[in-house]
Amino acid sequence: MPAQSPDGVSGFEADVVVAGGGNAALCAAIEAAAAGARVLLLERAPEYLRGGNSRHTRNIRYLHDDRTAYVTGPYRREEFLDDLLRVGGGQANRALAEMAIEESRGAPEWMARQGVRWQQPLRGTLHLSRTNLFFLGGGKSLVNTYYDRALRLGVRVCYAAAVTGVDDRGAAGCAVLVEIAGERRTIPCRALVVAAGGFEANIDWLARYWGEAARRFLIRGTPYNDGTMLAALLERGARPVGDPKGFHALAIDARSPRFDGGIVTRVDSLPFGIVVNRGGRRFYDEGEDIWPKRYAIWGRLVAEQPEQIAYSIFDAKSWGRFIPPAYPPYRGDTIEALAAHLDLDRAQFAATVEDFNRGAPATARIDMSRLDGSATSGVAPPKTNWASRLDTPPFYAFPVRPGITFTYLGVTVDAETRVITASGAPMPHVYAAGECMSGNILLSGYLGGFGLTIGTVFGRIAGRAAAAHAMGRHLAGAGPRPAAAANRVRA
Amino acid sequence: MYEPEFLREAQRQLAVCNACRYCEGFCAVFPALELRAEIGSGDLGYLANLCHDCRDCYTACMFTPPHEFAINIPKVLAAARLQTYEHYGRPRVPALFRRSVVGTAAITLAGIVAVWLAVAAFMGPRVLAVPHRGPGAFYAVAPWLAIIVPAIAIVLYGVGVALCGAWTFARDIGGAPSRPRAAAAWRAALDAITLRFLKGGGAGCYYPRVRGSSARRVLHHFVAGGFLLALVSTTIAAIEQDIIGRMPPFPLLSLPVFFGVAGGVLLITGTTGLLFLKTRSDDAPAASSMNALDYAFLVLLDLVAVTGLLLLVLRETRLMPPMLVVHLGLLAGLFITAPYGKFIHFVYRYVALIRRAGEERLEARAASGTRA
Repeated sequence: MPAQSPDGVSGFEADVVVAGGGNAALCAAIEAAAAGARVLLLERAPEYLRGGNSRHTRNIRYLHDDRTAYVTGPYRREEFLDDLLRVGGGQANRALAEMAIEESRGAPEWMARQGVRWQQPLRGTLHLSRTNLFFLGGGKSLVNTYYDRALRLGVRVCYAAAVTGVDDRGAAGCAVLVEIAGERRTIPCRALVVAAGGFEANIDWLARYWGEAARRFLIRGTPYNDGTMLAALLERGARPVGDPKGFHALAIDARSPRFDGGIVTRVDSLPFGIVVNRGGRRFYDEGEDIWPKRYAIWGRLVAEQPEQIAYSIFDAKSWGRFIPPAYPPYRGDTIEALAAHLDLDRAQFAATVEDFNRGAPATARIDMSRLDGSATSGVAPPKTNWASRLDTPPFYAFPVRPGITFTYLGVTVDAETRVITASGAPMPHVYAAGECMSGNILLSGYLGGFGLTIGTVFGRIAGRAAAAHAMGRHLAGAGPRPAAAANRVRA
Repeated sequence: MYEPEFLREAQRQLAVCNACRYCEGFCAVFPALELRAEIGSGDLGYLANLCHDCRDCYTACMFTPPHEFAINIPKVLAAARLQTYEHYGRPRVPALFRRSVVGTAAITLAGIVAVWLAVAAFMGPRVLAVPHRGPGAFYAVAPWLAIIVPAIAIVLYGVGVALCGAWTFARDIGGAPSRPRAAAAWRAALDAITLRFLKGGGAGCYYPRVRGSSARRVLHHFVAGGFLLALVSTTIAAIEQDIIGRMPPFPLLSLPVFFGVAGGVLLITGTTGLLFLKTRSDDAPAASSMNALDYAFLVLLDLVAVTGLLLLVLRETRLMPPMLVVHLGLLAGLFITAPYGKFIHFVYRYVALIRRAGEERLEARAASGTRA
């Protein structure tokens, strides 16, 4: 291996270049390196922010037939597929979806072999999940473990390296355009794996669909997911998949950082009380369905409100009944005193609370473990479960805004994760894994820990396929094999 | 006990942790935090003394500086832990002597000089310059009573400070929440002896740096084990001398020498290793005030062990008397600073572990109740 150059790139002849530095990228890099390829991983973020949105993950959904020390029961193929099709709509690429599920079976064992550890059961087994496996320390630990593993396997890692495009010259080979420390370079390679995430951190891109409202969205993950590579692939003819306008968003604390607030900005108080907009009015049934299922609709709902802000209001009866968020709630001994902290129509807000209290039962304690049927009457919109008068001071409020987790738009891939063009032919040397192709499988909705499943399964496939492609030509002798490469293009 | 601004900052950081909970598998701090919606002063002291400063949470955290949340739990808990040593270490001594390497060095040097002057004054300067051999050789330099009386006074003072501190600390953090208390105390003793929460839930300790390792836990076992073996050696020596009537120095093939050498080697290996790890570790998650305490304690303990072994090697030579003086002086420094320095950590940690063991029992009971 050549000596490391100051920029980490010069003098390194890569078989496989990986654009991205999160879970899918690392799985690809590790698999490609394990297959014997010389791998260069170009991570857009500086080292301390490496790992993209994978830093914010904490578990992986996977197929298993038995309970283990770390999961409380089996999660079989039919149920898994059912869950996926239910949340993701029926339009998923069925073959890829089944592949993701089937291949997820072996994922934990592979992860453990790379050094990933699982969270030991605490407090009996109550906190463990049946469907998802929790890795110890969460996503950044996972990412740290993978970087350590990749480096030990000889993967060359370059941070603060922004891949801006790909020049796939077909039979003539492939080159990656990259900007490192303000300097543009072209790096030749035999295969490129794009695992550079979605475009949720690109406000201008979001504004194309959402107008000025996008400027008030908060982005829950890395500021580096601006979709540069997604745009580059689409521009080079990759066939798009997934709703371009689509994103997954929660209602998160309005005081959160613009980017990267992660899990701690989530606000769990919404179903305990009422949610009002800037006009001081309620706008949706806060008790519609079991909370975790409904959790994700509120990002969209708040995005549609004036100024993209809303307030979750509850009283002392509910305080302490949900995971306390990172920011303290606003507080007042009367509704009026609470309203003084909030930027909303106070008169209308007071009227809304009064109206709600007239129609809501004086339930002492709502039962959040089920749809308890405690509903309002004569209130519009109704609250159909967990309705209880706001009558016990102090009163509390969390301001919430839409917090975008990820976007659904991606590029179409085949079973080898080769990027498919509009004509149906694959790009000769370009593979895609992770969020930038998850739209093939999950077109809408959300399935906890499934992003990790997609990233791990298809990252590994992409790494192996890219290595085989690169090494096949490499092993066959010096220089490219035009005929073989040309065949591949038409295949 | 904390400055309001410091407490607020700790509360702010712990509120972020409590909303995240990704680190709950690493150690006892986070499961304990999850039981508390709000963190008071006693809670902070409790959490701080559960923390082993292993850095696993810092390494795993998405919100460490330069993120605007600026979460740095090892640092804030180390600073809080140090303040518990100061607050509960009554009677108070000046901060210079509690906080700094200089203070510890000054006290220790004063100890050496005091022993030297006392020997010179009472035994005559000549005893320092000639070799002494045969039974009671050490006492020809420093008489037994002159050693044992100050030693007992210093140790009793330290034990008194530690017990009073433990008592008030236990009261402030809430004591063991479940009964029987003895069960919690037993569980906590096992947790302390095995350093259960320094295992990082299996990940080891990100100390000094990027990769999980058990080096720090093993070296800590060396230090604690070495210290206990040295105590065993002293105890057997006392029995031999006062009950059997055999005077030191003891032959090389004797129990006091065997345990003393084993303890000394473990202490030197452990303290030197820990010092090495410390110089290699990342300063970002460290509190400089606590670092000073760590260095002072480790160096002092290391020197005590080194001089102890040297005393064995040199005991037939004319270097024995000065070496004995230095060794006794260092021991004086070690035990005088003990109730205010890093030495005291195990006392507050053990009290915190008892509470944690009680909480765990309650949680387990609640969990089995829910399942049933």
